[in-house]
Amino acid sequence: MTLLDHLPVLVVLIPLMTAPLCVLVDRPRASWIMALAAAWLSFASAIALALTVATSGTLTYQLGGWPPPWGIEYRIDTLASYVVLIVTAMAALVMLFAKESVASEIPERRIARFYASLMLAFAGLVGIVATGDAFNVFVFLEISSLASYALISMGRDRRALNAAFQYLVMGTIGATFILIGIGFLYMMTGTLNMLDLAARLPEVSDSRTVRAGFAFLTVGIGLKLAMFPLHLWLPNAYAYAPSAVTAFLAATATKVAVYVMLRFMLEVFGADFSLGAMPLDLILMGLGLIGIIMASLVAVFQDDIKRMLAYSSVAQIGYMLLGIGLASATGVGAAILHIFNHALMKGALFLALGAVAYRIGAVTLGDFAGLGKRMPWTMAAIAIGGLSLIGVPPTVGFVSKWYLVLATLEQGLWPIAVLILIGSLLALVYIWRLIEAAYFGAVAADAPEVREAPASMLIPIWILVAANIYFGINTDISVGAAMQAATMLMGDGG
Amino acid sequence: MIEIPGLFNYWVVVFLMMAGFYVVISQGNLVKKLVGLGLFQASVFILYITMGNLSGGQAPIVTEGVFVYSNPLPHVLILTAIVVGVATTAVGLALVVRIHEAYGTVEEDEIHSLDMADEETPRKGDDRPGESRE
Repeated sequence: MTLLDHLPVLVVLIPLMTAPLCVLVDRPRASWIMALAAAWLSFASAIALALTVATSGTLTYQLGGWPPPWGIEYRIDTLASYVVLIVTAMAALVMLFAKESVASEIPERRIARFYASLMLAFAGLVGIVATGDAFNVFVFLEISSLASYALISMGRDRRALNAAFQYLVMGTIGATFILIGIGFLYMMTGTLNMLDLAARLPEVSDSRTVRAGFAFLTVGIGLKLAMFPLHLWLPNAYAYAPSAVTAFLAATATKVAVYVMLRFMLEVFGADFSLGAMPLDLILMGLGLIGIIMASLVAVFQDDIKRMLAYSSVAQIGYMLLGIGLASATGVGAAILHIFNHALMKGALFLALGAVAYRIGAVTLGDFAGLGKRMPWTMAAIAIGGLSLIGVPPTVGFVSKWYLVLATLEQGLWPIAVLILIGSLLALVYIWRLIEAAYFGAVAADAPEVREAPASMLIPIWILVAANIYFGINTDISVGAAMQAATMLMGDGG
Repeated sequence: MIEIPGLFNYWVVVFLMMAGFYVVISQGNLVKKLVGLGLFQASVFILYITMGNLSGGQAPIVTEGVFVYSNPLPHVLILTAIVVGVATTAVGLALVVRIHEAYGTVEEDEIHSLDMADEETPRKGDDRPGESRE
C-alpha cells in the first residue's frame, strides 16, 4: 500500500498525533507551528481525497485490515469528502489567524495546551465525518466535544467558564442520547457498520425499539447541532470563547452535526423511513422555520456582536434543517450547499470579529462606532460577510438561499419561501445595525488610537471573503458536489 | 443462582436514567448536576451490558462443554463509553473548580446573579427576554 491508500485515516491521524506533541513540547511558538503544519497537511490530504473521490468514487479504508462489518471502516463518499474539505480548510485558515489572536487572549503558559485541545477538537470533527461506523461516531463526537468544552472555558471573561459548563451538561446529554440510539439499533440488527445497518434496518424498522432509537438519535443530534429549542448552549458558548475558537467551532462543529444528521437519517434509516414513515420532515421543517424567525429576531436585539452572530448561526442551522425537511433532492442539496456556504460566511465574520477584538478588546455595538475608517479592511470584510449572510448576489449566501427557495417552490410551498425571505430581511436588520455603527457612527472623543489588524489576520479573513464571492459567482464546484451528494443520499432510500 | 426476571434490568435502566436526568435539571449546585449526569450515563452502561447478556451464557472463552456465550461486543463498547464518562466527569469537575475560583460559589443562581451584576455595571442595564433566559 502506498501512502495515498492511507489518506482516509491520515486526515484524522495527523491532528490527533499532533495534540500530544503540542503538550510535550509545551512552547507557545513551537506548538503553533506544529498545529499549523498539521492543519495544512490535513487540508492537503483532504484535497487529495476529494480529487480521488471525484474521479474514482467512494473510498473505503479498513482499520487494522479487519474487513467490515467486523472491523471499523472509514468511508469517504462525495458528501464526506465535501465536509472533510470544509473542516480542514477552516482549520488551516483559523490556524494562520490564531497566532496573534491567541497570543493576545490566552496566558502564555496555556498556549501549548490550547493548541493541543484545538487539534483534538479538529481530529474529532474530521473523524466523525470520515468514519463509517456508528459507535466510532460517538467516540469522535466525545473527543471533539470534550476538547471544545476546554477550549471554550479558556475565554477571557469568567462567564466563559459557565458557558462551557452549560455546554458540557447539554452536550453530554446529547451524546448519551446518541449512544442510547445506537444501542437500540445494535439490539435490533447486531451490527454497527453504517452500510450494514442501512441494509438490515428495513426488515426490522416496524418495531418500537427502532422507533425509540430513531427518536433518541434525533434528539441527541438535535442537541449537538443546536436545533431550535435545543440551542440554548450555543449563544453563550460562542460569545465567550476565544475568538479563534469561536470562528473554528462556528464554521465546523454544528456543520459536522448536520452531517451526522444527514448520515443517520437519510443513509442509515433511509429517507423512506425517517422522512416518510416517521414525521421527521414536518418536525425539521417546523423547528427549522421557528428557529430562523425566532433566532433572527433575538439577534436583532443583541449588543454583543459575537452573541448576535451566534444567534444568527442558530437561524442559519434552521435553513439547513428546513432544506432536509423538504425531503427532496433539491432541498437536501440546498442544505448541504448551505453547510459549505455558511462555513465560509461565518468563518469570515467571526475571524474579522477576532481581529476587532484583537485591536479593541471588546466587540459590543458601541465599540464599532466609526470603525469603518479606522479598520477599513476588517470592516469591509465584515460588510461583505454580512451581505453574504443576508443573501445578496453575487455572494454564496444568495446561492444557497436561491436553491432553498427553489426547493420550496418545487413543492408549491410558497408560504415557506416567504418566511425564508422574512428571515433574510431580519438578517438585513441586524447586519445593518453593525454597518451603521461602523460607517456612520461618530468616534467617541476619548477613543484610543486603533490601527488596522496585522497581515497575519487579514490574509485568512480575506481568503474567506474572496471565497464568499468566488463561490457565489462560480457555483459549479460547490453546487455540483452538493447536488451529487444529495442525489446519492436520497437515491439510497429509493 | 436465582434467575432475574426478564425486563428487570431495563426497569433499573429507566429508573436510573430518569433519576439522573431529573437531578441534572432540578439541582442548582454544579457538583450535584455532575452527579446526576454520571447517574444518567451509568444507566446507559447498564443498558449496553444487559443487551449483551444471554440467559445461561458464559464468558466468551472457547472451552469444551460450553455452547452459549454472551456477546462481548457491547461490553467492550461500553468500556469505551465508561472511559468517555470518566473524562467528561473530570472535565466537568475541573470546570467547577475554575468556576469556584472565579465566582466563589458553585450555585447556579448565585453565579447567574453575579453575571447579571457584571452586565449592569459596565453598560446600561437592559434586560431583554431573549438574553436573560438560561
